[in-house]
Amino acid sequence: MSFAWAKQYEPKTPLTKWLDEKLPLPRLVYNAVGAGYPVPRNLNYMWNFGVLAGFCLVLQIVTGVVLAMHYAANEEVAFGTVEHIMRNVNYGWMLRYAHANGASFFFIVVYLHIFRGLYYSSYKAPREMIWLLGVVIFLLMMATAFMGYVLPWGQMSFWGAQVITGLFSAIPFVGEGLQVWLLGGFSPGNAALNRFFSLHFLLPFVIAGVVILHIWALHIPGSSNPTGVEVKNESDTVPFHPYYTAKDGFGLGVFLILFTFMVFFLPNALGHPDNYIEANPLSTPAHIVPEWYFLPFYAILRAFTQDLTIPFLGITLIDAKLLGVIAMFGSILVWFFLPWLDKSPVRSGHYRPLFQKFFWFGLIPTMVVLMICGGAPAEEPYVVMSQIATAYYFLHFLVILPIISQIEVPKPLPFSITEAVLGSDDSAAAARTGSVGAGSKGDLPDASLQPAE
Amino acid sequence: MADMSGAATANSAPEVLEGEEGVRRRDWIHIAALSTAGVGAASVLFPLVIQMAPSADVLAESTTDVDVSAIQPGQSIRSVFRRQPLFVKRLTPAEIQEANSVDVASLRDPQTLAERTLDGHEDLLVTMGVCTHFGCVPLGSGEGENRGDFNGYFCPCHGSHYDVAGRIRRGPAPLNLAVPNYEFKSEGVIRVG
Repeated sequence: MSFAWAKQYEPKTPLTKWLDEKLPLPRLVYNAVGAGYPVPRNLNYMWNFGVLAGFCLVLQIVTGVVLAMHYAANEEVAFGTVEHIMRNVNYGWMLRYAHANGASFFFIVVYLHIFRGLYYSSYKAPREMIWLLGVVIFLLMMATAFMGYVLPWGQMSFWGAQVITGLFSAIPFVGEGLQVWLLGGFSPGNAALNRFFSLHFLLPFVIAGVVILHIWALHIPGSSNPTGVEVKNESDTVPFHPYYTAKDGFGLGVFLILFTFMVFFLPNALGHPDNYIEANPLSTPAHIVPEWYFLPFYAILRAFTQDLTIPFLGITLIDAKLLGVIAMFGSILVWFFLPWLDKSPVRSGHYRPLFQKFFWFGLIPTMVVLMICGGAPAEEPYVVMSQIATAYYFLHFLVILPIISQIEVPKPLPFSITEAVLGSDDSAAAARTGSVGAGSKGDLPDASLQPAE
Repeated sequence: MADMSGAATANSAPEVLEGEEGVRRRDWIHIAALSTAGVGAASVLFPLVIQMAPSADVLAESTTDVDVSAIQPGQSIRSVFRRQPLFVKRLTPAEIQEANSVDVASLRDPQTLAERTLDGHEDLLVTMGVCTHFGCVPLGSGEGENRGDFNGYFCPCHGSHYDVAGRIRRGPAPLNLAVPNYEFKSEGVIRVG
């Protein structure tokens, strides 16, 4: 795909001409992230995070592969080899801190990327597949990050593995056996550590594969933009290179300043001191918390303290443990249905007054509360707070979004991206000849709604 | 497969290949070939899946002997069974009375103390030290540890309270602390597993 006005790749040297006939790889790059990919001219900095997420994946693979050259996945020595990396391996401390903080920054970047998608409704037609693949990438990232955190074999590693594999034991009938099968034992041990290492090495390459599908799906309709109005003309787009390679390069510079500041000055700020204590199967740390990026989901898991019973009969339908597990997985799986829950034809949150209110004053504070509660001990008032926040979280996606997309009166949309940027659009003027004199932007009948096609 | 057989029929002489009910020899070859491949794939898949189950050396740690003769009433010890903590507690008469005074029907996982101990050894409570919620080690077996609101065990991870008999009373855990299979090997020594 591409727009009709996309620049064509023309090999100039004999070598590139020869290569273009045999394996048109430069052509693929040119059309994907080069001058051959026309992109809306009005993208703001929220559109930087896809490229940054790709950078984080490369960063994690590069640092991870070299760390694996010095690490040994054996419960006798794993903890020691991590300290060996920190103390003996040349620049090992830097590589490990870059990998550990790289995981956190990967999640920061991906959360901002998801947040962009939620606010500008990037999940709506014709871009549903991009969104669905994105949710798959996020689930794979969570699994990879969890297994990576187990590898240092500290106290948090061990008890994290115990609790997370324990999630599966909540499944009726087969759960206990499933947990033993996943761990290869009755508690986390050598078998679990080894298989987690194997999978932690494999999954990033699976992620890279799904990322290629994600970008492929993106290039079919092309990038969305802050107005949510689709590209109409050549004047609405600029070539990806040099315009967005430059803009993404600037974003990458800002990212690297923040990232290296963390790596060199606050390398353990996002970690837990307990993980510098070697794993002890007989002693649980007083306060188990997951890494910060899992806290909202952990809060949802812990929000369920009562069994679901039939009133007065005392028959338990679903026990509290299973409810928590279902809700935690459901909180992410609900994203898969988002393109069909939000039926508003308007994409951008800018033009949706009601949506905007629930987004800024509903969903965002809810996520903040869940994050705070996930890191707090399991006691009041945090339990009630996380219960209220969990209830709102599901209401927002399952009830509020479908209703507001029905009752909301959106603000008038600009005729085109060009009009939104320049204040006028020649092709818009051409389109409105014959209609009453050109009014102020936006209040034209043909510009009031741009349904998702 | 339907498409393939249609194409094959068009290209070949039907009177040679088609049997009485329109069943062709090639259909049988398709079914046989795919079935063989399917059985082969399944028999390769099985080892790939089952290799993740506990290995023989892990299963070999299946019994543990614990000397319980020195435990005084009110004391408890911690041992290890299958690399998981094991709590052995000698209950005082007051604790036995406390455990028996609970209305069993009101419990989340209804069990009497007698059902959780061996006949004639109602004062010896042997349980796994593994919270039935997500597998943390509950507090309460050591001197001065938090025993929760029911004078038994308390899991700090998600706030489950167990009573003197190790029964779940409050919090998210669904079941009582598990009682492993065990027997008295000799006077004062139990064999767990």
